Amino acid sequence: MSFLEIKNVRKRFGANEVLRGLNLSVEEHQVVCLIGPSGCGKSTLLRCVNGLEEIQGGEIRLHGDRITGPGVDLNALRRDVGIVFQSFNLFPHMTVLQNITLAPTQVLRMPEAEAQEKALALLRRIGLEHKARAYPDQLSGGQQQRVAIVRALAMEPMLLLLDEITSALDPELVSEVLNLLRELAQEGMTMILATHEMGFAKEVASKVCFMYEGVVHEEGPPEQIFAHPRHERTQQFLSSIIEAGRL
Amino acid sequence: MREPGSNSKEVRRRNPTLPRDGSGFAWLALTLAILLWLATVWVMWQVKQVMTANGFQALWADILLGLVAILPLGLLFPASQSLRQSGAARRALQSENLIAARVHGSEAHTWAWFTLGYAGALLLFLLFVLFFIANNVAVGRTFFQLELIANSFGLILQAFWINVVIFLFAGFFSLVWGLVVAIAKLLPGKPAQPIRFIATFYTDAFLSLPSIIVIYLIGFGLPLTGIGFFRNLPLEALAVLALTLTYGAYMAEVYRAGLESIHPSQWAAARSLGLSYGQTLRFVIIPQAVRRIIPPLLNNFIGMQKDTALVNVVGVIDAFNQARIIASNDFNLSAVTTVAILFILITIPQTRLVDRLVERDRARFRQG
Repeated sequence: MSFLEIKNVRKRFGANEVLRGLNLSVEEHQVVCLIGPSGCGKSTLLRCVNGLEEIQGGEIRLHGDRITGPGVDLNALRRDVGIVFQSFNLFPHMTVLQNITLAPTQVLRMPEAEAQEKALALLRRIGLEHKARAYPDQLSGGQQQRVAIVRALAMEPMLLLLDEITSALDPELVSEVLNLLRELAQEGMTMILATHEMGFAKEVASKVCFMYEGVVHEEGPPEQIFAHPRHERTQQFLSSIIEAGRL
Repeated sequence: MREPGSNSKEVRRRNPTLPRDGSGFAWLALTLAILLWLATVWVMWQVKQVMTANGFQALWADILLGLVAILPLGLLFPASQSLRQSGAARRALQSENLIAARVHGSEAHTWAWFTLGYAGALLLFLLFVLFFIANNVAVGRTFFQLELIANSFGLILQAFWINVVIFLFAGFFSLVWGLVVAIAKLLPGKPAQPIRFIATFYTDAFLSLPSIIVIYLIGFGLPLTGIGFFRNLPLEALAVLALTLTYGAYMAEVYRAGLESIHPSQWAAARSLGLSYGQTLRFVIIPQAVRRIIPPLLNNFIGMQKDTALVNVVGVIDAFNQARIIASNDFNLSAVTTVAILFILITIPQTRLVDRLVERDRARFRQG
């Protein structure tokens, strides 16, 4: 039994079927990178794992416990599964510190002082302790995204989902976010990334999944996927990435 | 035939447009300024005659009239500046200095507009004065008898307190009630459908009802039902109830627009951290929505404040009702003018406050 098992998951938006019987399993401490053309369902898959989208078929199990379907305590699930979004989605009316302590104090009922201490420790780690009292729009994109990651980490999730978190960043700010992810990977955080950063995927991924038309078309260790893709679609995708100078 | 090697594309030359010196406009401004000055002198002369006819004679009034009569001479300054600049522009044109001509021409234009702007305002003022003194100061006597205004002021101010109390209570209740209705309208899922339906029906109904009818029905109707609770309520409380019901619907619509204007990604972010629906509303959505809707909410407040004058239909002795009583005793509307002045006095600061709040919020989000 895997840590996270996604079995035959189907997701429809109206007439548009985005996930068409997708299977994927993730082990603890793995970093799984989802790559593929836009619209292939990467983001939708992550949102389904976090319970932000309801699925219409199949099931998802975390530690053997089914986390989809009726009667699941989604609030409890989300304490264990964090997600970081492409557009940061920090709360603009709260300071950085408040952004981070909101969920621990309200959801975990952690005392305010303890939550703040923890948040400051996390901020120190990413070198943003001096921004604790700043508002999100006083930060650069890269800083905002690092705060968003730390906000998810403050809940001590057992699984972190990252949805194209560098896509909205200026090129020179991408590295500071990737460095943080690299550290998390080394510490053994289980992560699923939807990403277009092929170089990064090559470097840190335990497994790379090429998604196409709502299913995992091909999966394997990064060396294999990037150097010897077996399927035609994967080859086409990677060669257009290389053409764009992104690999 | 083109030279070999030359660029095959023809080079387009740009012919600069000749600037105008603006003298026509400048002369127009000057003429208007002089005409307006003559008109002002004439109007002030009329005022003086009306004053004499009514046996009013005072040195300060004469000095004031004289001052107002020479005030429009100030218009000659921008008008003559305009003329001077247009002259400079014409000379520059003759010496083919296009850039200087443009600069002077545009200066002449600006000064001419300056003259016209002030002339327009002055014209409106003169028309108002004429209206005021028309028919032997009929307008002035009807609305602005200083003596009556001064005499009635204390009594009306006392009655105005009733308006303020009604407004404060109704304002508070409709703010809370509106939020409740708005949240009821936005409840998710199928089980909440009947609640959503009722909330929608309520807002639709009360948005379409004139508040004066609601006040009438509640102020007269509820005590008639003989239900003990309503029979013993003072009229003022019923007025508060009526206004709360009406304006609760308006407030609900504003809240709803505000809540819906928060991007769904904020919901996703909050829910993904494990916050419940209620916690998300309370900590993430409402605080952001409120900031955006403070101006429209305050506008509703001001609207409600004005509608407190409607409670006189059920016999509450508010400022307007008091003023009507005084007015019918004196056969003069000056007491009602007092009420108007009071409403203006308390409303203008609020309007300015709305502007300030909007500006402050904008500034805070801009500094980033």
